[in-house]
Amino acid sequence: MKKKFLGVALSVAMVASLLAGCGSSSDDSAATEAPATDATEAPAADGADATDAPAADEGNAASGDLIKVGIINNDPNESGYRTANVEDLKAKFTEANGYQASFAYSLKNEEQIASAQKMIQDGVDYLLLSAADTSGWDGVLKDAKDNGTKVILFDRTIDADESLYEASIVSDMNKEGETAVNWLADQKLDEYKIIHIQGVMGSAAQKGRSKALDDKVAAESTWSIVAQQTAEWNADKAQQIVQSVIDSKEKFNVIYAENDDMAKGAVAALDKANISHGVGKDVIVMGYDCNKWALEELLNQNWNYDGQCNPFQAQYIDEVIKKLEAGETIEEKTIVMDEKGFDATTITQDDVDTYGI
Amino acid sequence: MGKTKTEKSGFSFSAILRNQLFIPIAALLLLALFNLIMDPSFYAIRLGENADGFKVLSGNLISILDMGSELAILAIGMTLVTAATGGQDISVGATIAIAGSVILRVVCGGEQSVTEYKAPIIVALIIAIVVSMIFGAFNGMLVAIFNIQPMVATLILFTAGRSIAAWINNNTLPVVNVKSFGVFGNYIPGFPIPTPFIIAMICVLLIFLVLRFTTIGLYTQAVGINENSSRLNGINPIFIKFLTFVILGICVAVAALIKVSRISTINYSVVAKDIEMDAILAVALGGNALSGGKFNMTASIIGAYVIQFLTTTLYKFKVQSDALPAYKAVVVILLVVLSAPVVREKLTQLGAKMKANKKEVS
Repeated sequence: MKKKFLGVALSVAMVASLLAGCGSSSDDSAATEAPATDATEAPAADGADATDAPAADEGNAASGDLIKVGIINNDPNESGYRTANVEDLKAKFTEANGYQASFAYSLKNEEQIASAQKMIQDGVDYLLLSAADTSGWDGVLKDAKDNGTKVILFDRTIDADESLYEASIVSDMNKEGETAVNWLADQKLDEYKIIHIQGVMGSAAQKGRSKALDDKVAAESTWSIVAQQTAEWNADKAQQIVQSVIDSKEKFNVIYAENDDMAKGAVAALDKANISHGVGKDVIVMGYDCNKWALEELLNQNWNYDGQCNPFQAQYIDEVIKKLEAGETIEEKTIVMDEKGFDATTITQDDVDTYGI
Repeated sequence: MGKTKTEKSGFSFSAILRNQLFIPIAALLLLALFNLIMDPSFYAIRLGENADGFKVLSGNLISILDMGSELAILAIGMTLVTAATGGQDISVGATIAIAGSVILRVVCGGEQSVTEYKAPIIVALIIAIVVSMIFGAFNGMLVAIFNIQPMVATLILFTAGRSIAAWINNNTLPVVNVKSFGVFGNYIPGFPIPTPFIIAMICVLLIFLVLRFTTIGLYTQAVGINENSSRLNGINPIFIKFLTFVILGICVAVAALIKVSRISTINYSVVAKDIEMDAILAVALGGNALSGGKFNMTASIIGAYVIQFLTTTLYKFKVQSDALPAYKAVVVILLVVLSAPVVREKLTQLGAKMKANKKEVS
C-alpha cells in the first residue's frame, strides 16, 4: 500500500522537477549573475570545509629589537592556495628576517577574534589578518588601535572603517578574469564556442572570473557559450558537465574553467572522447590558481593557459611594515597584487618552480 | 487513489505494484520516457576511440553507468546501515576523502608528484580498505555500543573527516602521473566498458552472494525490525549494527579508489561532496524504509542509477547545476513525508475506507 503511494508520488515528483527544470533553463540562457550580485564578500578560494585548527601560538619571549607580528589566518587545510599562503608567511616572518611571529589558524570568525584579542594583549606590533568573515571586526580593531597595534589585512577584506587598518593586500579577481579573457581574445579564433565551468556561485573568485567572460561574450558576436554550469570547484562535476556536452554532440573549442581542478576534470572527459586539447589542438583549455601540476600540464602543452591567484602576500606585507617602521605613511591602503597569466607557449620550468603552489 | 483503481484491474498488475522494485523502475521509466520525448538522440551510443587509441563506448547511457557507479557501491553499504540501525551514515563523503587520501599517500609515498608507483596499487587499496573499516568501526561503535543516533554519531566524521584527509597528506595534493592509475576511473585498455561500472557490478555480485549464502541479510532485517526480539532469538544486535558500518567502510574505500583514479589526484574539500545525500536518497528511492527493517538491495542499486540518470538528464538539458540539489531535495521531502507514521496511518485508513466503500457498492 504505502509503497505504491510512494511510487506514484515519487514519479510525479521526478517528472515535475524535470519539467520545472527545463522550463527554467530555457528562459534564463545567458543571465548568470543573478545569484552572485547580492552575496557579500565570500570565501576567496575553494569551499571551506575544513574544521578549525587549534590556535597555535609560538614563543612569546620578547627579545631585542625584533618586530612582533601576530598572524591570523584561515586553516591551511582549506585549499592548496591557503597551504601555499601559510608557508609563504612562515618563511618570511622569521627571526632571521627580524620578526618574531605568532600564528593562529581558524576558519571561524569568533575564534579568530579571540586569538586577535590575545595577541593584542600580548602587545604585538603588527596584527596581520586574513579574516574568515567580513563582519564583526570593528571592536577588535579599535582595541588594536588603542593599544598601538597596527593592523594589516591580507587576502581578504573586511567591512570596517579604513582608518582602522594600515593596508589591505588583496587579489583583484576581476582583473584575473580580464587578463584571461584578453589572452583568449588574442588567440584570434574565428569562432569561440566556450564551455564555461564556474566555481561556487557567489564566491569572489567566481564572480570576478565569470564577469570578464560574460561581458566579452555579450559584446562579441563570434563568442558564444555552449554550456555554463557551476561545478563548485569539483573536478568530478566538471567532468560530467563536459561529458554531457560531448554526448549531445555539440561543438566547442574552448574550456574556461575557473580553477585547475575543474579544468583537470574537463580534460578527463576530453581524453575519453579523444578530443585533442592544448597548444595547436582542437580545444583550448584554461584554468586558474597555478597549481604546480597544472603548470606542468602547460609546460607539456596539454593545456593552454593558467591564471594566477597570488598567495604570496608576505613580500608585500614585509614592504608595508618596512615603510611604516621607517615612518612613512601608506597612501593607497588597498594594494592589489601583481597576478600573472601563463601561456603554454611561453612558460618555462622556472615559472613552474617559482609560481606553482 | 490511483493504486486502488489499478488493484481492481487484475491480480498480476497489483502484484507488480506491490513489488518494491516498482518504485525505482517506475521512476527510471518515467525519466527514460521523458528523454525519449524530449530528445531521442539522448540514447545514442557510439563506439569511438579514446585519447589512448582504444575503442570505448560513449553516450549518455554509458555516462550514467559510469558516473553512477560510486553511488551504487555506496548504496550497498548504506542500505545495510539503514536497515540495521534505522539511521544513516552522513560521513561517507568525508570518509571517501580520507580513503582517497590514504590511497594517494601510499601510492605516492608522501611525494607531491610521482611518475611511478612507490607502492603497488593493490597495497594502497588494502590499506585504504583497512583504514575505512576502522573509521566505519568507529561510527559503528558509537551507534551500536553507545546507542547514539546514527546521524549524530556520523556527524563527527562528517565535520572532521576532510581535515583528517588533508592531514594524512600533510596538506599537499599529490598527483599521480602514471597512466595505469587512471584505469579504475576510466577504461581498461582494450575493453570498451567503463571500469567503474565493472567494479560496481563486481561489488553488487559480491553482496548478492553474501546475502544469498550467509544469514547477514536476515539478521540485519531482524535487528532493524525489533532489536529486543532479535536479541531474545540469539542475534547480537550490537555486532550486526557494527558489522553494517564496517561493510559500508569497505564500500567507501572502493568508491574512493574510483574517485581518485578518475582525475589521478584529490581535492579534500570537494571530493565526493554531498554524496552522502545521494546515497541516502538511493536507499529511499529503492522504497526502503529509512527507519530500518526490511530492505531490498536491488531496489537501492537501481535507485542509485536513477539518481545519476536524473543528474545526467539535468546536465543534458543544461539546468543550472547548482539547482540540482534542490530537485533531489524535493524527492527526499516527498519520500520522507510519505513514510512518516502520521501520513502512513492516514493513508492506511483511507485505503481501508475505499475498500469498504467498494464492497458496499458491489
